[in-house]
Amino acid sequence: MAVAELAERPFPPGDYPVVVVGSGPGGLQTSYFLKRLGIEHAVISADPAPGGMFRRFPFFQRLLSWTKPYAPVAREDRWYQWYDWNSLLADEPEARAIMPTLMDGTSSFPSRPEMEANLAAFVERAGLTVRYDCRWESTRRDDERFVLATSDGEYRCQTAIFAVGVAEPYLPDTPGFDLVSHYVETRPAETYAGKRLFIVGKENSGFELATGLLQWAQRIVLASPRPAKLSVNTHSLLGVRARYVLPFEDQNLGGGVFILNASIERIERAAGGGFRIHCIRSENGAELSVEADEVIAATGFKCPLLDLPDLGVAVFGRSGLPAMTNYYESATVPGIYFAGTIGQGVSGMKKYGLPANSGAVHGARYNARTMVYHVARTHFGIELPRPEVKPDALVDLLLSEATRAPELWNQKSYLARAFSLDAGAGIRDEGVVPLAQFVDEEGPAGVAIAVETDDLGDIHPAVYVRETGRPAVETLLASNPLHDFRSVENRAQLSSLLAGATAGVVR
Amino acid sequence: MAMTQQELVDMLSSLTLFADLTRPQLEQVAHKMTEESFPVGQRILRQGFTGTGFYVILDGEVAVRIDGRDVARLAKGDFFGEMSILLGEPPVADIVTTRQLNVLHLGGPELEGFLRDHPTVMFRMLKALAMRLRNASR
Repeated sequence: MAVAELAERPFPPGDYPVVVVGSGPGGLQTSYFLKRLGIEHAVISADPAPGGMFRRFPFFQRLLSWTKPYAPVAREDRWYQWYDWNSLLADEPEARAIMPTLMDGTSSFPSRPEMEANLAAFVERAGLTVRYDCRWESTRRDDERFVLATSDGEYRCQTAIFAVGVAEPYLPDTPGFDLVSHYVETRPAETYAGKRLFIVGKENSGFELATGLLQWAQRIVLASPRPAKLSVNTHSLLGVRARYVLPFEDQNLGGGVFILNASIERIERAAGGGFRIHCIRSENGAELSVEADEVIAATGFKCPLLDLPDLGVAVFGRSGLPAMTNYYESATVPGIYFAGTIGQGVSGMKKYGLPANSGAVHGARYNARTMVYHVARTHFGIELPRPEVKPDALVDLLLSEATRAPELWNQKSYLARAFSLDAGAGIRDEGVVPLAQFVDEEGPAGVAIAVETDDLGDIHPAVYVRETGRPAVETLLASNPLHDFRSVENRAQLSSLLAGATAGVVR
Repeated sequence: MAMTQQELVDMLSSLTLFADLTRPQLEQVAHKMTEESFPVGQRILRQGFTGTGFYVILDGEVAVRIDGRDVARLAKGDFFGEMSILLGEPPVADIVTTRQLNVLHLGGPELEGFLRDHPTVMFRMLKALAMRLRNASR
């Protein structure tokens, strides 16, 4: 590339306070909030255009996250975000709730091209800038700066934020997986016409393929050691989504789909072409051998963190996710942060085993905001507004948040709305915070409210009251059949809970 | 540490709790439980909080803390969280990480089915609980 051309593109190699890597939803949302706070930064991306994984996936072209064009609240309201899981967050009206304006009305789950267009429109309307076709290749330390070597040259920064997705195909090291294709290599559906298909993996990606290829394949076997969970049974987005249950019905009716609980021992080429898959059934340990024309490994993804582990970034698990703090900072290398789907590595409270939605846009967009606010406070000394709240308004405010706040509903038991109760400074709105951070830090007296789901699927508010220097105490409030938690009973209980904590808070 | 599927299964086979399981059963355990990581100083179980889970330590160390006082340390191969799930009561102790921690996690509602599916794990857990009881009464 010519030197002149390099210089014409935005963010030429050089020294920046912050460098963001990635132009998927995580990178774009991060850049948006950095820009809002006036923090100078560069955004670089290996892709030629915005969108991240939505430029390619899902294969069968429709998302699993809803955007409801007709909601009980106006699209310009903050509350609408609960009904629109796919738009990125913005303060400017023209950059908010973009997704519903681009959908054709055939489904409340946007198509992949609609989502890609939504992200491109966000970049334009929010005035974001990205240096595309600039691939991050390696990383090193140079005194107090990180140095990111890229295809365009070196970027030096004080803080590096990686929003590179959990995007690298993961294949188990079981013998024979080198012979088969990964989910990302799936071909157009018609090329599987009449084939005997074997899909390894019973998560959503496996069932997405089984659903999309149902009318093409001659036979579909799905196998993994653990029985598949269904999201309608887990009361969360954990498990196979309702959109993909058709293969279950097909199996139950004997239509040619087989859903097996079995571990794969090895895969080998069959003598007459195709593959032979050797399995051990989970139920009884019996051996089972299956022949197939095609094998697809829907075995998930790992983090493309390149050489960050060599820099000291601790990673864990089969996905190689970084070990992180509640603010998505590397637990072992301060100054390195993560955004986007990588945030799923921060478990939070995970009550009743239900994970947060950090692997999806509707969770990650709020995580990006809490992360950027933390970066702003700790690395740039930026004081964020902490509006004062009148004592007699606190109970109504907490219950209103529990009833309607999109952050609390999208990130249940994970994000909370917090208020500090400092005797000298009055009641202050601390905004949306990671719940685990609030309940574990020995901060000033405060109260936080979250929305939680229990093991029976009951959705209710949970209140955490913290006295100065003491761990927070949990109190669960009553649910409501229509999810309006602003009941007389809850007001009375919350008033009683807060009476002691707010008694001395008068300015 | 990042681990491949085989490395995880190998590690599980070295833990006392899973010592009686066959390789396919270990693979099933590896799929049923999720890998999680916690930085130093984070509480994983919290005294008095609902909805807790069951954890098996793969790497690192935690303190068992009751009313702010450390009463025990747990490390690789140890497990925690089962008491409050089995009793249906909130934990009576905090579990706080004292070294960067990697664990396998199972949601509380899944523990009973997990133990019924793997009675040898239940037996190993029972033995460990009996030893804790004996040590506590000495």
